[in-house]
Amino acid sequence: MITVLFFAKYRELLGTEQLQLEAESFSSVRDIAQHLSQQGSEWHSIFEQANTMVAVNQKMAKLDSPIQDGDELAFFPPVTGG
Amino acid sequence: MFVRVQKEDFSLKLVEERFSEYTKLQGAKIGAIVTFTGLVREFQHTSEDQEEVQALILEHYPGMTESVLEQIAQTAIKKWQLNDMLIIHRVGTLFPTDNIVLVAAASAHRQDAFDACQYAMDILKTSAPFWKKEQTNKGERWVDAKSSDYNAAGQWITQDLQEN
Repeated sequence: MITVLFFAKYRELLGTEQLQLEAESFSSVRDIAQHLSQQGSEWHSIFEQANTMVAVNQKMAKLDSPIQDGDELAFFPPVTGG
Repeated sequence: MFVRVQKEDFSLKLVEERFSEYTKLQGAKIGAIVTFTGLVREFQHTSEDQEEVQALILEHYPGMTESVLEQIAQTAIKKWQLNDMLIIHRVGTLFPTDNIVLVAAASAHRQDAFDACQYAMDILKTSAPFWKKEQTNKGERWVDAKSSDYNAAGQWITQDLQEN
């Protein structure tokens, strides 16, 4: 299984903090983003934004980053701490 | 190196205690300590609509946040040969005048400590997974990232590329 987390504005927009996906059908972050962007207009809007950030196992990643069973993905808007 | 994400307030006393502990163990190597404190300030969006920020809610990605802050401190310590660095960032609901973030650097000479604090804040602002939500008298809204913050962080990356 792959765990996908959403933070801040995205969590509120989707009404989803976390979901699980079967690992078999996905080999990169891009595959997951494509799958999720088909789940409705809110989902689509997130993955359409150029500045959406993604982390794999709590490290910054890219659309091309590979994923495997047991990974933790997170999608979030640009950070605004400090 | 000391890194912490916490709900509780912090005091500058912590900087003193941390670095005097270093001196006890390593001898009088520290010649300069620079600290930066970020606070919640009063803020009105525009004078016409009177929308006033009453509180900030700070959200973070537990685990990743701490490791990004550790990475920032480690990089700064190496880049400027610091004696030590401390980063504390608060989360939860904060009000005007509250402390948000503390960065402190100890080094042999002042310029290194100044630069290291500047670097840590610039990188923290664009790469540590924290998000601010404003509570105003008109409702709630997520704070948008500022391009000026990304430009500030980008300068360090450009500098690194030129040096290497």
